[in-house]
Amino acid sequence: MEFFQALTQHAFLQHALLGGLLASIGCGVMGSYVVVKRIGFLAGGIAHAVLGGMGAAFFFGAEPMYGALIAAIIVALLIGWVTLGWRQQEDTLISAMWAVGMAAGILFISQTPGYQIDLMTYLFGNILLVTSKDLWLMMALDVVLLLLVMLFYRQFLAVAFDEEFARLRGVPVALFYMLLLCLVAVSVVLLIQIVGLILVIALLTLPAAIALHYVQTIGRMMIVATFLGALFCVSGLAVSYQPDLPAGATIILVAGVAYLLSTVLSSLRQRHRARAITSR
Amino acid sequence: MTAVIRVKDVVFSYGGPVVLEDVHLDVEDGEFLGVVGPNAGGKSTLLRLMLGLLEPTAGSIEVGGREPSEGSRAIGYVPQYPPFARDFPITVEQTVLLGRLGTAHVIGGYSRGDRDIAARVMTETEILNIRNRRLNTLSGGQLQRVLLARALACEPKILMLDEPTANIDARMESDIFALLRQLNQRATIIVVSHDIGFISQYVRRVACVNRTLICHSTLAIDGKVIQDLYGGDVHMVEHAHA
Repeated sequence: MEFFQALTQHAFLQHALLGGLLASIGCGVMGSYVVVKRIGFLAGGIAHAVLGGMGAAFFFGAEPMYGALIAAIIVALLIGWVTLGWRQQEDTLISAMWAVGMAAGILFISQTPGYQIDLMTYLFGNILLVTSKDLWLMMALDVVLLLLVMLFYRQFLAVAFDEEFARLRGVPVALFYMLLLCLVAVSVVLLIQIVGLILVIALLTLPAAIALHYVQTIGRMMIVATFLGALFCVSGLAVSYQPDLPAGATIILVAGVAYLLSTVLSSLRQRHRARAITSR
Repeated sequence: MTAVIRVKDVVFSYGGPVVLEDVHLDVEDGEFLGVVGPNAGGKSTLLRLMLGLLEPTAGSIEVGGREPSEGSRAIGYVPQYPPFARDFPITVEQTVLLGRLGTAHVIGGYSRGDRDIAARVMTETEILNIRNRRLNTLSGGQLQRVLLARALACEPKILMLDEPTANIDARMESDIFALLRQLNQRATIIVVSHDIGFISQYVRRVACVNRTLICHSTLAIDGKVIQDLYGGDVHMVEHAHA
């Protein structure tokens, strides 16, 4: 209750809540593709390598979020290129980009003269530091993401479901695969502000993975995952407020517990159905 | 009769030993062709070359007078092993509708016409009653019909099926081949099968593939042909599936 009272009084909490809700759109929509296409490792690679861009932006005096966005897109294109061209060495190359990006980021930050920023803020996020400028950027990214997904829903579905058939139907699979990874990169940037780049993969995949237990189509999966993402952000924020816990980590723990419960529930439901069918 | 597919002196290798060597094949318009041969003999590879999913090491392939990658939109393809995850959140109807990709507009959803065509092919393949079911709730036979409906939704001039009945029971196998016989009235059909005795009832010509390719009319299939194809003593048992 104290959280909701504070919400009406403090602008930083309102920003945090709005930020969480805006990030949930990216996490629900693109998280669904990440889960069904099974590209969690790729998304993890993008998320971690982004530190290079944030560090470089910080070093050159630019806004770290813009550095993160540029780095995320570049890394997404590189990873897409590696996946399409060198599938056999895919994990080695993605792991290398993952580590090199982080190393570059740490070097840039360590060499930045003057006030040293708290690296933990980038690694684990701080939803309470979301500014109104960040909110505008997040909103713009959400609009771009939703517009592209709505316009090319069929092509993204075909590429996520059956690349070979999509290719036979004349869909430029490589182009849409690259675009999909770029949109995943945009979602990663949206979520970094909330939970940081280490935990981003959990918020990108857990709500979508829970939704997959209960829905028939990817469209519904996106809606349910967005709703769940918002729920986890709000409840994580509320739970963390009074005891002054790190909000990002609390959000992830709430999502993790919900995933665990949902997995158990869903497997019990499946067993129950199987028994009902065999006893008919 | 005109050839809708022309395979000329094709050689193919995945980078190791030669899989197909000097393959020559003309598939006539309206033909029902069976492709048979031993495992790893190159049947599926030949199909994938015709689809433009692989490029020949030497030789040339034309589909409707064009490169396979350009001509493949005239082909409806049913793969042997569905390359997608069975737990993918997609319904039967959405899967069939994917066959309408590449036929009209690029942006936005499906048109009324697309949905009508999907409904027609689902009726034809007897899956209209399961249109709202998710793929992971289907039996092997039902999934095979969904993949056939998706191929038909492309309104293909050529239908290519790779072992379409490998994972289903004999009754379903007969049903699917009876349906293919009907579909042959409007499309050229090429079907890969391991069961030469069974498909001989349906196809007019058999392409025997075991690195090289030799075509026979169905009537000319005998023990000698089969022995040469499989490279060992093979008994031909004439049988009909119930």
